[in-house]
Amino acid sequence: MHITGGERIAISGPTGSGKTLLLRALALLDPVARGRILWHDTPVGGGRVPEFRSRVIYLHQQPTLVDERVEVLLRQPFAWKIHAGKQFSKDRLHDWLKHLGRPASFLEKQTADLSGGEKQIVTLLRAIQLDPQLLLLDEPTSALDSDSAAALETLVADWLGEAPRERATLWVCHNAPQAQRVADRLLFMHRGQLATDEARA
Amino acid sequence: MNYYPLSYIDLALTASLILINGAISIALRLNMGRTLLLASVRTICQLLLVGLILDWIFSVDRWYLVLAMLSIMTLIAAHTAAARNDRRFPGMWLNTIVSMWASSWLITAFALLVVLHGIGNWYQPQYAIPLMGMVLGNTLNGISVGLATLTGELSMRRENIEADLALGATRYEAALPMIRQSIRLGMMPIINSMMVVGLVSLPGMMTGQLLAGTPPVEAVKYQIMIMFLIASATALGTVAVVSLSFLRLFNRDHQFQFGLLTKKRP
Repeated sequence: MHITGGERIAISGPTGSGKTLLLRALALLDPVARGRILWHDTPVGGGRVPEFRSRVIYLHQQPTLVDERVEVLLRQPFAWKIHAGKQFSKDRLHDWLKHLGRPASFLEKQTADLSGGEKQIVTLLRAIQLDPQLLLLDEPTSALDSDSAAALETLVADWLGEAPRERATLWVCHNAPQAQRVADRLLFMHRGQLATDEARA
Repeated sequence: MNYYPLSYIDLALTASLILINGAISIALRLNMGRTLLLASVRTICQLLLVGLILDWIFSVDRWYLVLAMLSIMTLIAAHTAAARNDRRFPGMWLNTIVSMWASSWLITAFALLVVLHGIGNWYQPQYAIPLMGMVLGNTLNGISVGLATLTGELSMRRENIEADLALGATRYEAALPMIRQSIRLGMMPIINSMMVVGLVSLPGMMTGQLLAGTPPVEAVKYQIMIMFLIASATALGTVAVVSLSFLRLFNRDHQFQFGLLTKKRP
């Protein structure tokens, strides 16, 4: 499997087929038993892992968030060494929130008061504000109503559109129509094996 | 000042006080009879045994015997600290032993070689053994609280940790809140007792010195020294066990090896 800038890929498959494991392995969150993960043709390990992960960001399916104000949580990554050169931008977040139909006061909320869908939104914002190259999205709309899910899909599309050659997404989708909307390339996973969907490719 | 040695009749007299506990157990049907008996027998036997061993070590007065005694005490303390934790991971025992050893020996060595350099032989058992005992007893608390807090927090907050790792945090950045919390809680008990020492209760060692006829201010001076020895050893031990455990549970590839953490079987 090979992913380059500008690609939009979707993976579907039955529950337990290993989609989440694949994404976690791609984000180097688990040791890989067999096979290798190459980034710009070289294996990544040790001290380069944080840099890799700042470019290839994995989003948990049903995020649990530390109890904090949303803004505090969004600011947090900028305190880490790997993001030291980046600037936290409230304006950008306000734009995105408007897009998702949420007021600017959303940033003032306590994460404990958020619904499952709102937590997914926080998680997505926390990731895209860091300008990664590849987003690994694990059913990012599973807890959102259809309107909010559609808004989130367009938000990700717009974000991709900001730098279409450099950015890519890999979605795990729970329904076929969404896979059609968010991807150009469809993959299917079954019992830990990946297969391409010939009809679409 | 005179010192009154206890006779075995005196001891039998006080041991009979356990009948009060026994009577309560029977009256309220607490079913604690056997436990009470066992606890009494253990108190008597363990202490007499230690007394005999110490008598022997004091009379032989050889450095290697003292070091052997201190080593055994250290291993027992490390074992107790690790056994209190209801979570396990490979390397936990070694981490605990290393932390216990390094912290308490360093601080006790400082006390014996620098502070008490006038006592003659550094290994004089009269000083070395009780000092080490008190340092170990308290470092044990710090290490066990630090270890339990770290493993508990890490297993509860896996998702938070991995979410941070996934955004490019280093393993240290991702685990820092839990590391801080563990060290803070590990050091808390000794700080608390430093706050109230002398006000709420007189520490055991000071009481012992007073009973033995030491003038109160002299006893207090020793107690002050002990408090600072304990505080520093606890801090070192807690930091050591938390850092070593962190390095076991997070690998060089900045992965949280959650699978290594297991619950102790009841």
